[in-house]
Amino acid sequence: MRGDRIFGLVMMIVALGYILSATTIRTSFMSDPVGPRIFPYLIGGVTMLCAFAMMLKPDPDVEWPIGKTLLNLGIALVAMFAYAMLVKPLGFILPTIIVSGILSYQINPKPQLAVATGLGLGVGLYVMFKFILGLSLKGLPPALMG
Amino acid sequence: MDLLNNLALGFSIALSPYTLVLAVIGCFVGTIIGALPGLGPSNGVALLIPISFSMGFDAISALVLLTSVYYGAMYGGRISSILLNIPGDEPAMMTTLDGYPMAKQGKAGDALVVSGVASFVGAFLATVGLMLMAPWLARVAFKFGPAEYFALYMLAFCTLGGVGSNNQAKSAMAACIGLGIAMIGLDKTTNMQRFTFGNLHLFDGIDFLVAIVGLFAVSEVFHFIETHGKNSAIGVKLGKVLIPWKMLNDTKGAMLRGSGIGFLAGILPGAGASLGSFLAYMGEKSISNDKASFGKGNPRGVAAPEAGNNAAAGGALIPMLTLGVPGSGTTAVLLALLLTLNITPGPLLFTERPDVVWSLIAALLIANVMLLIMNVPMVKVFVKILSVPSYILLPGVTMIAFVGIYSLTGSSFDMMLMVGFGVLGYVCRKIDIPTVPIILGILLGNAMEDNLRRAMILSDGDWTYLFSSPIAIGFWIAAVLGFLAPIFLRQFVKKPPLPTTDED
Repeated sequence: MRGDRIFGLVMMIVALGYILSATTIRTSFMSDPVGPRIFPYLIGGVTMLCAFAMMLKPDPDVEWPIGKTLLNLGIALVAMFAYAMLVKPLGFILPTIIVSGILSYQINPKPQLAVATGLGLGVGLYVMFKFILGLSLKGLPPALMG
Repeated sequence: MDLLNNLALGFSIALSPYTLVLAVIGCFVGTIIGALPGLGPSNGVALLIPISFSMGFDAISALVLLTSVYYGAMYGGRISSILLNIPGDEPAMMTTLDGYPMAKQGKAGDALVVSGVASFVGAFLATVGLMLMAPWLARVAFKFGPAEYFALYMLAFCTLGGVGSNNQAKSAMAACIGLGIAMIGLDKTTNMQRFTFGNLHLFDGIDFLVAIVGLFAVSEVFHFIETHGKNSAIGVKLGKVLIPWKMLNDTKGAMLRGSGIGFLAGILPGAGASLGSFLAYMGEKSISNDKASFGKGNPRGVAAPEAGNNAAAGGALIPMLTLGVPGSGTTAVLLALLLTLNITPGPLLFTERPDVVWSLIAALLIANVMLLIMNVPMVKVFVKILSVPSYILLPGVTMIAFVGIYSLTGSSFDMMLMVGFGVLGYVCRKIDIPTVPIILGILLGNAMEDNLRRAMILSDGDWTYLFSSPIAIGFWIAAVLGFLAPIFLRQFVKKPPLPTTDED
């Protein structure tokens, strides 16, 4: 119940913002009868309709993660965002060891296994991508390599 | 014979040693991907597109490799259905109904062989059907104008939403999310920015591969963290695998019927393999004179859905190749592959790039035979791989997803976007919003708008033009029916519950 209502409300606001943003799309002098705004308006309109339907007639609620599970999900999310930022300056191997270790720990909280998984994936995937599949990956921090 | 000439052309390209090796690798990797719980044909192929693209394969090699993965994953899905009672992918769900009970009765080997052969029969017949029907449909599709295409896209979204999900509003919303994302970037007609908010990264729009990998692969990690990778231990022992000739003979009718039903379900735009296996199972059960044994380990209940699911996978390629409208999540991913390779599916593909079409078809036939050979005697190898624990598998999948997107775009922004789509995929899965319409929306959004605008140029702004031809009207009616009919049908046809694991 609550999940659907909240999502519906969020989508309602997003769709409203979408339509408002679409009103600012500039048209050029050589436009077609429809122009670049109508289709986004249609999409926004249908989204609002669906969001309304979701809020009006929500499905039975599912169990949402709370407490520790939610924290774990949050940690995984932060780790992945950090990975996206760090893989360029730090090279492939180091961030991969750390982040896959973290993810592994979140799924199965055994430190030794997580460390082993991180090391194995960091080195193993690097060897696979770099030497077997021939992708151009920087393994170590480019700054260190000069 | 036109058909034989074309087929000869296809085989002459696809039978080179290099492509054959690629097909073997593709089939092997595909079966593993299909068998691993949490990885199915859609996310498997999605993961591999950016990687094979950065490896610099030419169009035909990439196509052969990834369609082998696709077919392989369709075969592999049954392994975890039967042994673990966890469908490796959604279409394999019906196989658990009788496959797992068979495995518990000590007939795991038999179930695997029967389902392997059924997969072969279904996929083979569907590929033959594809050869016969696709060129014909491509000729019909030449008559389609922008109004017909617009109606066709509507039909795809409506049937996908109606048939494939439990809540119409949610699937329509999913389609809108996808379409809305597709609008981001420069408008092709006027060259004006839309929804870029001045962000340079968004000028070219959001790469559909980023969205696909995020929604299909990264979201799995969140799901597994939440469930702590439960349900991933091997459920039943697999003894010696022998070929049960008698059982194969008993189930051949079920296989043929399942193939037929599955193929038809696959052709419908938006319906896809899940519907194919569902209808094949229900159909087989309803004509059987021994209904009570279904769900308790009837080999026919394994053969029919497995043939149906693989036949639907082949059938779904028809609308994808001839019209550019995918019928399922996996064919949506394959459409993404074609677009990445700069191949535009549609009627023109058959006349302009016959080499691509027919080498693809030849590759499907080759892959099928290889998969049969791999899957019957070598099934034990795959079962070994199945026991990779999820705490290694899922981090590995995530890292492969990152590497794929990174080597494709080289941008941190795209990787973060991918993680964002992962979160969206997780939330959608939680509240039962299907993710396939999102992908379809992103893939088809620009073409859909383009056709609408061209239709309006042709008619000078007269909206009734969209309903002006009989074909278009037919599509619109089918779209409305496909969207609304399941609401009523749902009361009569209930999905049978999965067999429970915790009996002992």
